[in-house]
Amino acid sequence: MHIPDGYLSPVTCITLYAGATPFWWVAVRRVKRALNTRLIPLISLFSAFSFVVMMFNLPLPGGTTGHALGVGIAAIVLGPWASILAISTALLIQAVFFGDGGITALGANCFNMAIVGSLVAYGVYRVLAGRAAITAKRRVVAAGIAGYVAINAAALCAATEFGLQPHFFHDASGTPLYAPYPLSIAIPAMMIGHLTFAGIAEVILSAGVVAYLQHSNQALLQLTAPEQTLGAVPRRGDRRPLWLGLAALLLLTPLGIRAVGTAWGEWGARDFADPQARRQIAEASRRQAPPAHIPSGLQLWSGVWTAPFPDYAPPIVRNQSFGYLLCGMFGAGFIVLTGVLATWSSTLLLRHKRKHLEASEGAR
Amino acid sequence: MKHEAFLQRSLQTFVRALGRALESEELSQVDGLLQRLDPRVKVIGLPALILAAAVSHRLAMVAAIFLFSVLLAMLSQIPLSTLATRIWLAALLFTGVIAFPAIFTTPGQAIYRLPVLGWAVTLQGCRSALFLIGRTETAATLSLLLVLSTPWSHILKALRSLRIPTVLVVIFSMTYRYIFLLLATARDLFEARQSRAVGNLTGRERRRMAASTAGALMGKSYQLSQEVYLAMQSRGFTGEARVLSDFAMRRRDYAGLAFLLALSATALWWGR
Repeated sequence: MHIPDGYLSPVTCITLYAGATPFWWVAVRRVKRALNTRLIPLISLFSAFSFVVMMFNLPLPGGTTGHALGVGIAAIVLGPWASILAISTALLIQAVFFGDGGITALGANCFNMAIVGSLVAYGVYRVLAGRAAITAKRRVVAAGIAGYVAINAAALCAATEFGLQPHFFHDASGTPLYAPYPLSIAIPAMMIGHLTFAGIAEVILSAGVVAYLQHSNQALLQLTAPEQTLGAVPRRGDRRPLWLGLAALLLLTPLGIRAVGTAWGEWGARDFADPQARRQIAEASRRQAPPAHIPSGLQLWSGVWTAPFPDYAPPIVRNQSFGYLLCGMFGAGFIVLTGVLATWSSTLLLRHKRKHLEASEGAR
Repeated sequence: MKHEAFLQRSLQTFVRALGRALESEELSQVDGLLQRLDPRVKVIGLPALILAAAVSHRLAMVAAIFLFSVLLAMLSQIPLSTLATRIWLAALLFTGVIAFPAIFTTPGQAIYRLPVLGWAVTLQGCRSALFLIGRTETAATLSLLLVLSTPWSHILKALRSLRIPTVLVVIFSMTYRYIFLLLATARDLFEARQSRAVGNLTGRERRRMAASTAGALMGKSYQLSQEVYLAMQSRGFTGEARVLSDFAMRRRDYAGLAFLLALSATALWWGR
């Protein structure tokens, strides 16, 4: 993903240098405030580490090997701002010293990999890891996903930059002056490789290093798990985000009212007789006409059970939209209540069993 | 004993990197044209030429800048075989593969049709592919000339003349120094692993081994950064970085800078 010189127009390069500068500026200020005099040695050593880790040949499933960027693990251990500085420095040295990535494209490379990569990896990791203990398996999974999403976000940025070139920069005869492929080719071409090989390499590195640090150097994972103490035993995860997510989904239920037609395959026996419904079925099935008669199995079984609220509109409610909302709330409430009751009863049962066991032990 | 391919390949990469760094250091000591110039002249002049090649709308101008960079290499006693093996071939293969389909996909005037498939090769497609390859080769040659003719420490000092904050310049120079230590450490870790790897490892074991090595290296980096910090503090480091700047521009440096900038400006003008 290291963009060489000549692929992006100078205007794009300058724009991306300009886009990266405020992030670098904020990063230097923030990291300096946090680390003070330790800034120079810490960033230098981690930049050197990032440089070396980019050279690791990681064994991928299927017997091949691949390189990872290491932005996921850098953001998890250092936090997003220090990671931006460390990866940018590693990219600078790679560009100047190894010719890996261009000098004019350095701003673009830093923007895609160091800035977008670090911020995405950090965001995804913090959201997915939540308040799990430092040694929790959840952190390993979160690290893997963070690395995967980050490298693909960076690749998507690079692909978009490539894909915009022929639209904006061509000569009078229509010759593209820089990367020649439009977005329709650039995005799939870049993403196929990154969604597979490069993405997997990043998962192996991020998740593997977090798993290793969990049992051998937990202090390095402390920065992005501020509320956790070292050596803590994994405890049951905080369920607040789950409740918030459920609430957000409930608030989104009115979106269903906007859906046009019926869901594919959710047809009733009546629909086969109604000409308008038949037209909808044909439209949704690539213009394949539905059978002329109601399928016999459907006719036989459709009358076995009549739902209390047929088609989300209880007979007592005349308004279809209001009925839909009411059903959404009732359905969700019913499921939540069932879940709460099941948990409550199983806890009671367990407690009763334990008491019974303790009593029988005591009697002995 | 089975040699694990990923261990072997990683080891080769580390050794190659160390070898290249050594080669650069040696070439920067040779008495050639570019080596004699002040680093600041090269840090400003060579990227100006890269920019001229990047802006040019004429293929002939890109080719002219490329030929000039080859001439510079010859006058600086930088072997063309080094340039060919380190960048020309790699850039040609990498960019060639990327640029090749463009000769068919770019819409424009058809100049040839493939016999069986009937695909049209367009003039615009060919020119576009040549632009991409030409610019990449030229820019890569010029940046390699800068690295091969100038010790890294001098490039960094010269960066300060471009008003890059001192703290960043110190980070860059320290990073470069520790890259070699960490490369050597990584090589040792892989060698130790390889010498203990007996029989066939499963894919899962290989991946865990690679990730653990990366994790161990990260732990060592962190520990080293603490030790370096204490060492710096004990020598009176207060957070303020200072760099010695002992470059002096001579007459030939000014002449070199004026020539390179004039050339870039001309190329920019003609390449419009």
